[in-house]
Amino acid sequence: MTEEETPVPQPAPTPLSDLAHETAEEHPPPAASAGATVFDVDDLSVLYSGFRAVKDVDISITKHEITAFIGPSGCGKTTVLRCFNRMNDLIEGAAVEGSLKYHGVDLYGKDVNPVEVRRRIGMVFQKPNPFPKSIFENVAYGPKLAGIKKKSELDGIVEQALRGAAIWDEVKDRLHKSGLGLSGGQQQRLCIARALAVNPEVILMDEPCSALDPIATGRIEDLMEEIKQDYTIIIVTHNMQQAARVSDRCAFFTTEVNPDSDQRTGTLVEFDATEKMFSNPSDERTENYVTGRFG
Amino acid sequence: MTAVNPEDVAASDSLVEGLDSTKGARADTVFRWAAFGAGLMVLVILALITFTTAQAAWPAFSVEYFTKAEWIPSQQQFGMLGFLWATLLISFIGILMAVPIAVGIALFATEVAPRRLRRTITTVMDLLASIPSVVFGLVGFYVLRAPAQDLFRWIGDVCAGIPVLDRIFGEGSSGTSILMAGIVLSIMILPIVTSISREVFDTVPRNDKEGALALGATRAEMINGVVIPHSLGGLTGAVMLGLGRAMGETIAVTLLIGGVSNPPITVDVLSASDAMPSAIARYLSESAGTYRSALIGLGVTLFVITMVINVLSRKVVNVFDRRIKGAA
Amino acid sequence: MTATQTPRPKVDERLVVPTDVRISTIKGARFRRNQIASIGMVAAFVLAAIPLLFVVGNVVVKGLPVVTTKFLVSDIPNNAAAQELSSDCETLRRYDPTAACDDKAPVEKPQPGMGPAVVGTLITTGLAALFAIPLGILAAIYLNEYGKQTKLARFIRFMTDVMTGVPSIVMGIFIYQLWIVKFGNGRSALAASLSLACLMLPIVVRSSEEMLKLVPNTLREASAGLGSRTWKTTLRVVLPAALPGLVSGSMLAVARAAGETAPVLFTIGAINSVAAAKTITGQSTTLSVQIYNMITNGGKLSPQMAWGAAFTLIAIVLILTSIARAVSARFVMR
Repeated sequence: MTEEETPVPQPAPTPLSDLAHETAEEHPPPAASAGATVFDVDDLSVLYSGFRAVKDVDISITKHEITAFIGPSGCGKTTVLRCFNRMNDLIEGAAVEGSLKYHGVDLYGKDVNPVEVRRRIGMVFQKPNPFPKSIFENVAYGPKLAGIKKKSELDGIVEQALRGAAIWDEVKDRLHKSGLGLSGGQQQRLCIARALAVNPEVILMDEPCSALDPIATGRIEDLMEEIKQDYTIIIVTHNMQQAARVSDRCAFFTTEVNPDSDQRTGTLVEFDATEKMFSNPSDERTENYVTGRFG
Repeated sequence: MTAVNPEDVAASDSLVEGLDSTKGARADTVFRWAAFGAGLMVLVILALITFTTAQAAWPAFSVEYFTKAEWIPSQQQFGMLGFLWATLLISFIGILMAVPIAVGIALFATEVAPRRLRRTITTVMDLLASIPSVVFGLVGFYVLRAPAQDLFRWIGDVCAGIPVLDRIFGEGSSGTSILMAGIVLSIMILPIVTSISREVFDTVPRNDKEGALALGATRAEMINGVVIPHSLGGLTGAVMLGLGRAMGETIAVTLLIGGVSNPPITVDVLSASDAMPSAIARYLSESAGTYRSALIGLGVTLFVITMVINVLSRKVVNVFDRRIKGAA
Repeated sequence: MTATQTPRPKVDERLVVPTDVRISTIKGARFRRNQIASIGMVAAFVLAAIPLLFVVGNVVVKGLPVVTTKFLVSDIPNNAAAQELSSDCETLRRYDPTAACDDKAPVEKPQPGMGPAVVGTLITTGLAALFAIPLGILAAIYLNEYGKQTKLARFIRFMTDVMTGVPSIVMGIFIYQLWIVKFGNGRSALAASLSLACLMLPIVVRSSEEMLKLVPNTLREASAGLGSRTWKTTLRVVLPAALPGLVSGSMLAVARAAGETAPVLFTIGAINSVAAAKTITGQSTTLSVQIYNMITNGGKLSPQMAWGAAFTLIAIVLILTSIARAVSARFVMR
């Protein structure tokens, strides 16, 4: 089953700074009053069984913005992303140092339940992972957990979520067919609908388009632009153009090699508005990366 | 980790054999045929088993043999349904008790337990699996029979008069009974059902599990919503294999089921009875003629049933997998 | 194909959550169910460990005191039953004409002994291993090195799996009918070892094939690339590389065979003396059979001897299993 698409004419490649500038013009960053801080990350490190995988992460995530984590592979972007919904807890031996505050509350505090965290902070994965159930059941999974049982209510919620993920028209006639029968791009939008259905405040996206073709990628990028009015998005991507197109703010990561132990540790290099990062980065390493000299 | 360097091997050979490649070719052919013969041996032995036992049992086969339950050797009456029923009943009890526990342990091992504890679980299961059947029978017979008799009598008394229960739990006058055999069977098939269940649960993709957790599901909800549905096919296979193993188990059952010579078809699990393999164990040595054929016939029937279960378990696994992975 | 128009429709109340993560939005029932599930899983494990500890505990406590060197080498007393009727020489002589007693001297109490069973177990299991292991490994070589995915090889593989599920008593019936009745050979240690070999064969084939599969193909290719034919590659390169796994798998099959009763029960016959046990073609007995006999033909001495035999048997099985695990642990194929 393939999506029916009108081919999008490929734009001539533009320098990233132009891209970022265009985006900034079309979608000016929200007014300061709307820019409440959602996350406050202070000197965060992630350790796996004692090994320091990422260090020195200081960023803040603003409401209704798309923040992108960029950088070469293996520098800890996904590791840091997974801290935001405590998915790293699932890895044996994983530990976090420093502080990660969500609306002023430390996510890793003693009285915080990871399940509660994930209720408010959703995630879309690199490889689309719809459940082996019907499309309807996929989206209804979250609301059902929250206690909504009546079919009439679920119908409404499911439709709303599927519309929100821009996939309603494509699946409305086969809601009870398996979610696995969709194409890759559709499956990913189904996963987004599934995440939207529980009404999270934040959506984390771990390289959501890396397994998709450019057309499907474009649709998801459009989707992100539309839903950011209602949600806050953090996206990990190794596609610089995507980051330039889509994000309001960027965090650039890289790896540092410990001269003594030869171990590689990821670290944050620069965190700034996207437009600035691509046109006038403060750090030389950032400049090397965004101008394509490495990575 | 290589024990031998291939280069040394080839070098030494070529030095010794020189250009005589026919020697090498002949050795290769001999070896290939020997290996092929060994492979065929499995089929040969299996065929021999089938034919030998079927031929020995043939004289006793008749319509009555397969449809009646009266087994009276002195009158040359051989209806095997009573034994078949008992075998099925004790195996059913074994499965009923073992599967929930096995699935619980398997889930514990794959989803909850830290790495070190997982190894302990494996060790415990392996040890349980290595205990010989006769030792289970020994402990059951000498140690558990008396307390079991008291327990069964108590259960029988409690259930007396209650409509359905008093059929299932009758007088309970004996420590060796269907229930007793069923309980021991459940212990004996626990390792294999657990081991296969663990393998099945291990194949659930991490991505799927994380997807459920990321939506705010508790671990139990994730297991219920992702792990179990993914594993239904494999679990069915595990249950069927456990069933086959339970049906074929002989010695522990012989010692703990009571040894009734003409077992009736009953649901009274507290009654003594006899199953197919245990009847053979008990009577084959002193049997002759049609009696012996009838006993061997029990073996043949058991053989066929377990073969069918084994083959079916594979098919079931395949069908389930296809359905879950879903056609559009 | 657009997303929703702003403003967003109203969201169901139950899906609106306060942003403070410390505030619980999840109904207590869900957490309780999670707790119960966790407790259930742990309980399941404990429930499985209990029978293990109970059985092994009983065998050790009741069997260890019985197992002395004397026990392991003495004959099985055949006058135990007589002892219960009377302890005078005349009665004893009626059951055992060779009993060493006379009317004046007191009758010697029968001593527990399992010597013949120990010897019998070792002989039958050893013979069965001799038959099944080389044959099984050779068959595994066929399946993994030659046949691979051909229709015949797949059929043989499938049938081998099916054969592992054949009840052990059927193996006993098979040898009983073919070897003992048809060929008229009578019961013997050899007959018992044949039925044990039938039992072991599919197990050895399967585990050996798994071990051969683990040997990386690069080894085979390197050897072939240097001119070695398959048989030589297999014998000189693949087998040595897979050896620890093959040994380990075979030992587990042997441990299983040592503990089996049903296939041996009507193929091995019965004897009482260690001297008689040192045979291959004569009748014999094994620890497992003796335990069964002691329980079913109970006498005063029987429980003692049964526990002692059980302890010995478990010890043998445990030793074999531990060696198998140690071998596979030390030489794990990377």
